[in-house]
Amino acid sequence: MGLGKSFTMALSSIINNKVRALLTMLGIIIGIAAVIILVSVMNGLTNEITSMFDDFGTTSLTANIMTRSANIEVKPDEVYEFADANPDMYSGVSPQVMVSGQIKLPTSGDDAITSSCSGVSEDYYDIKRLELGFGRFICNVDCDNKSRSAVIGSYQALYLFGTCEDALNKTIKINGIPFTVIGILEEEEDSTQSSSDNAVYIPYTTALQMNGTNRVNTYIVDAADDSVVDEAKAKLESFLLEKIGDDDFYNVTSLKVMIDAMTNVMGKMTMVLVAIAGISLLVGGIGIMNIMLVTVSERTREIGIRKALGAKHRHIMTQFVMESGVVSCIGGIIGIIIGSAFAMLAGKALGMAVRPSTGAITIAFCVSVGIGIIFGFLPARKAARLNPIDALRSE
Amino acid sequence: MPHLVELENIYKIYHMGDTEVRALDGISLSIDRGEFVAIVGASGSGKSTCMNIIGCLDVPTSGTYRLNEREINNYSNDELAEVRNKMLGFIFQQYNLIPKLSVIENVQLPLMYAGLSEREQRERAITALERVGLADKAKNMPQQLSGGQQQRVSIARALAGDPSVILADEPTGALDSRTGRDVIKFLQQLNREGNTIILVTHDNSIAAQASRIVRITDGKIVYDGPAMGDKIVARQHAAGHEEEGEA
Repeated sequence: MGLGKSFTMALSSIINNKVRALLTMLGIIIGIAAVIILVSVMNGLTNEITSMFDDFGTTSLTANIMTRSANIEVKPDEVYEFADANPDMYSGVSPQVMVSGQIKLPTSGDDAITSSCSGVSEDYYDIKRLELGFGRFICNVDCDNKSRSAVIGSYQALYLFGTCEDALNKTIKINGIPFTVIGILEEEEDSTQSSSDNAVYIPYTTALQMNGTNRVNTYIVDAADDSVVDEAKAKLESFLLEKIGDDDFYNVTSLKVMIDAMTNVMGKMTMVLVAIAGISLLVGGIGIMNIMLVTVSERTREIGIRKALGAKHRHIMTQFVMESGVVSCIGGIIGIIIGSAFAMLAGKALGMAVRPSTGAITIAFCVSVGIGIIFGFLPARKAARLNPIDALRSE
Repeated sequence: MPHLVELENIYKIYHMGDTEVRALDGISLSIDRGEFVAIVGASGSGKSTCMNIIGCLDVPTSGTYRLNEREINNYSNDELAEVRNKMLGFIFQQYNLIPKLSVIENVQLPLMYAGLSEREQRERAITALERVGLADKAKNMPQQLSGGQQQRVSIARALAGDPSVILADEPTGALDSRTGRDVIKFLQQLNREGNTIILVTHDNSIAAQASRIVRITDGKIVYDGPAMGDKIVARQHAAGHEEEGEA
């Protein structure tokens, strides 16, 4: 007796008992749907967050030097040189010097915005994937000349000038020093103080001058691409160790490492949620076992006839395991369809791209078949072990 | 020539609490190829147990059972299933057709367990149904047929595997007397064609249709010989003739 034959036998037995089969499947349907929904939504969420970080540039490394000791210094030129020596690993370098600034129009009195100004260089624009609305970004000539040029965000532009366009080539005062607005960044969010549109960039050399120092303590270094981030980070660290001589005085952070950590946490959260949803699969499996036991006692006479006609242990086993496997498998498919539909609905409601992954679907399908086989095993064995005479006598 | 069915000192003993019930109390019996034997007895006499043992549905407590020279009392359940499948054809009182399978699927069942190909199963099932005159009902469901037809389907199922022995357990029990007679006539015809038939019944007039009678009472064989040699059957037969004479 082939598997194909027992498959059609199982199928016709299910078709003969549609309502019961559906009730049997219900547990599996709910369990599988829950798993699919959870996995899809969690994946969607992770992708959403990752792509948010992607906008900031996942390849950028931030090196912080944390010593004030006079004889330890990492000069911008040294970092540039280091990066230039490894062109396949680094695609950009920018010092970052923060200046806390009172920003106002030359004409206005006390009406100022307090903004944190970043002193940066030309590469910063690419590293952080900034977008200009008008004008240009700071270039290396600005840094060389310590020019008083500033690129401002749409928050500052709108606050001081009313429109972004009007701000171009106007003069603003930062801590009382006049700067020319050479560029205005594209509005990214809503131009409020708390948004990423609140930004002021000036040449790092100018920023150093304003801080009254010539020490750069932060460098933003861009790795050439995603695949070399870890290597680039390690190399930068060893460069800094060589310069500074003590790894307590610097650290290098990478956005990618942070994203990886976050993705890892999200993955673990998904696992926990799926495990909880998996309990309903277990309950579904027990439901199948329950109904199969009922089926076996209802069909005792049939089993007796089959045994009298020469059915062996494995024939009866196959018949009933196949039946519960097929029930569970159909339940799994229905669960996958319902789960996928709900996951996409949830995605629409949450405004994210939620797409049930083929991996989750494949696993869900295999799990449902597996549950059918495992929980069908006990009832099938009970059937196969029936004594043919007793089975034939039963009504 | 060795016997086809050979029971040697067969005991079947059940324990019910402290009491010991001897369903078969030392039975020895041989049946040869081509015989038509009726095992007769009242209910509880042990004839069903005897039939179950011959049919490899049950194993004796002690004694030797040889079927086709094979000593099968030590066979495993699967080996017994194989013997039932290959060597025995069953006809039951309640027909025992599987209601959700069509007539031909029912007849195919033993062939399916024998591992024949789907095509061969169909061909042999059709042949068997032709022999019982029901080839045109192949696609019907059992409950669409009359009792007599259902019993013929079960005969076809028994024949399909080309067994060495056909075991009929009260084959007329659920049928009216006319249809019952037809079934017996059909069994006689099968016997004439060379099949070995063992008929189990409590009905003496049915038993009288066999060529040999084995009467079992309280687990023991009390008569084994030609049908007309059995006193009860002979008496009934005589009574039957008297009735006919009176009419």
